[in-house]
Amino acid sequence: MTDPILTLSGISKSFPGVRALHEVSLELYPGQVTALIGENGAGKSTLVKTMTGIYQPDAGEIRVGGQLVTLPTAISASDVGITAIHQETVLFDELSVAENIYLGHAPKNRFGLIDWGKMRREAQETLDSMAAGIDAGMPLKELGIAKKHLVAVARALSVDAQVVIMDEPTAALSQKEIEELYVLVELLKKDGKAILFISHKFDEIYRIADRYTVFRDGEQVGKGFIKDTPQADIVKLMVGRSVEQIFPARQVTIGDTVLEVSGLSHPTEFENVSFSVKKGEILGFYGLVGAGRSEVMQAVFGMTKPSAGTMMLEGQTIAPKTPADAVSAGIVYVPEERGKQGVITGEPIFKNVSLPSLDKTSRSGFLRMAEEYALARTYTERLDLRASSLSQNVSTLSGGNQQKVVIAKWLATLPKVIILDEPTKGIDIGSKAAVHEFMGELVAQGLSVIMVSSELPEVLGMSDRIVVMREGLVVDTLENNDLQPETLVSLAAGIVEEKAA
Amino acid sequence: MTDATANGRRLPDRLDSPFKSAVLSWESLLVLVALGIFIANSFASPYFLNEWSLSDLTFNFTEKGLIALAMALVIISGEIDLSVASIIALASTLMGLALQYGADTPTLVAVGVGVGILCGAFNGFLVTGLKLPSIVVTIGTMSLFRGIAFIILGDQSFKGYPASFAWFGQGYVFWVISFELVLFLVAAVIFYVLLHRTNFGRRVFAIGNNATAARFSGVRVDRIKFVLFCLTGLMSGLAAILLTARLGSTRPSIAEGFELDVVTMVVLGGVSILGGAGSIIGVVLAALIIGLVTFGLGLLNVPGIVMTIFTGSLLIVVIALPILFRMIRERRA
Repeated sequence: MTDPILTLSGISKSFPGVRALHEVSLELYPGQVTALIGENGAGKSTLVKTMTGIYQPDAGEIRVGGQLVTLPTAISASDVGITAIHQETVLFDELSVAENIYLGHAPKNRFGLIDWGKMRREAQETLDSMAAGIDAGMPLKELGIAKKHLVAVARALSVDAQVVIMDEPTAALSQKEIEELYVLVELLKKDGKAILFISHKFDEIYRIADRYTVFRDGEQVGKGFIKDTPQADIVKLMVGRSVEQIFPARQVTIGDTVLEVSGLSHPTEFENVSFSVKKGEILGFYGLVGAGRSEVMQAVFGMTKPSAGTMMLEGQTIAPKTPADAVSAGIVYVPEERGKQGVITGEPIFKNVSLPSLDKTSRSGFLRMAEEYALARTYTERLDLRASSLSQNVSTLSGGNQQKVVIAKWLATLPKVIILDEPTKGIDIGSKAAVHEFMGELVAQGLSVIMVSSELPEVLGMSDRIVVMREGLVVDTLENNDLQPETLVSLAAGIVEEKAA
Repeated sequence: MTDATANGRRLPDRLDSPFKSAVLSWESLLVLVALGIFIANSFASPYFLNEWSLSDLTFNFTEKGLIALAMALVIISGEIDLSVASIIALASTLMGLALQYGADTPTLVAVGVGVGILCGAFNGFLVTGLKLPSIVVTIGTMSLFRGIAFIILGDQSFKGYPASFAWFGQGYVFWVISFELVLFLVAAVIFYVLLHRTNFGRRVFAIGNNATAARFSGVRVDRIKFVLFCLTGLMSGLAAILLTARLGSTRPSIAEGFELDVVTMVVLGGVSILGGAGSIIGVVLAALIIGLVTFGLGLLNVPGIVMTIFTGSLLIVVIALPILFRMIRERRA
């Protein structure tokens, strides 16, 4: 057995309120592909950022070829031979292919200036050795996403990287392009590179990986050889819980259909999506990142324009053109990107909460501050918001408390349907429980809740029914009776054979 | 994080007293600066402390100040309008053209206001309808509007405005209080209420702080921005009426460079050039300060080009100061 090129041991990393990595270890071997597997939020991206010098671990050590290294900057990671190919490539559109490949380490002539001829020649040689079919002189922006990946790989070869990290490289590729990528991975393997391959897709993992490492909740929970391990075992490792979460029991009578969406389509993001949600019901939306769930919800909320489809709210056809239309119809949306889309961080709590309800708190368009404070107090206290005053700037609140501000803002508009997009992403356990409990109260009061979530326990613990989406299509709508997490994962990832139950 | 409240305890409205934050504000600093320049002026020139001198002084900022009130809202919303001076030129030219066809004073006013609003609506459409960045759009319309004025006028000028029209720029409502000053003060009160006391103003702040989150909160962002561009157009139209009436003639080069002074007033008034923060009181004080400084320099016979150097430097200093303070604070932290 060869020794690993890269060894991580005891790596821990925390962010305020969140423990992203806890004493994880990882070994990468030359000429082998190691798959890094885990749910969203399991800590994969944090680990990659730790390995590429973007984050500094709080504890633990990184060894390259047995030597202890520190990676204070992205350049230092590249100096020790670690390079990453991201889901969205970090290349420069306005530069040529050759410049992209040699950016930062271009060959110099005797005057210390860039030797363009040599750079171009060598770039072309590298590309040809990969059978990429790309002219090194072309501007990068003329290439498609798949070809850009090839350029990124060529760059990895040119810097003589020993460790290549591929973060969901196939997410944006067509089947044919994926096949080309597999050929490249083989090439890198033959070249003796150690490859870390991050993917949600099991067919890929079983096709090209030699080893696997499974992460869950920031901890490493298992590793081994792919060929010795059935898929079902890996799925179990992924979804099993170390911390049992308790979800509130609900006694709610589910009423008539409130919102009915049929045949909703978008030119690029989703197609023919139909679902309905009833009074007092929590409808879960499960799927992998990029399955089109958020895009569907934003269309329902009037942020984006669907190309086809109809929506009925309490028997009335609605077609919201803006979020303002959706809000006045009674549909509200708690977005996934809390900091960018949810809260206005430069403003105090009460202004955030009253913003969509200003018409109610004001008199003929003139503000009445007392009413605003009263409204904000009513709804933030129901959510047990932790703050020093209602004038505190929301940017000073923790993620969980910011989320409570967003939810309070919408409850104050007295909505009929509330859409929660990854409502507990990146918030601490305590706030998570508060949000879950509150969702139970909402449906008890007769609201309809649509919850988009990539967290299996949350989806299974909270939903009455679950819609599973994959690649912009609704795969199935399931009653949440004794559903197994493995069933959902299989549906979402498109695993057909050997359904674990 | 400051988690002071225990479970179930009542959240206070605010912790700081409004009085304390008022004393420590940018506006109170501006008051001190204005007083300082006023005292310096009275020492620098024996002609300064005279009611007619002081009345003349107000003409140095009323027209630009009117536009600055609306510009403050545009900049708070995260946009900018650099075409205001060219709107004055076009509005003044078309008023002059209307005069050649025998228009009376009410018609002239209607033309000035109407052209202003239309120009603003054109800017607003390009920014909100076609999603173009306002700085590019209004640099374009800055040349476009003045270009039209040049085509109509060439090297000619329109003269012969009626006395009833001239009163808007030269008349006094009471003693030394000019119509221009009264209009500016009334507009300042209206804009103060609009920005600080209405739903509309609250939404303008929300848009400037985070337009995406505002849209996600059900704010009709494009509609509000469109209205704001129409408002700057309207105020530019009003300024065109005052300026044309005061000068008694229209040349295509009228009000050239006004946009620099207007933006300087707004930024000096404490409006964040990045949007999301600012106050009308600050803008009014800044207008007064600029008026005091340019008038004082005029009394000392400082040539106009030096005043341009002064406003340019002031603009840079005022934009750079908050950033410098933040850098110092971060270095300490």
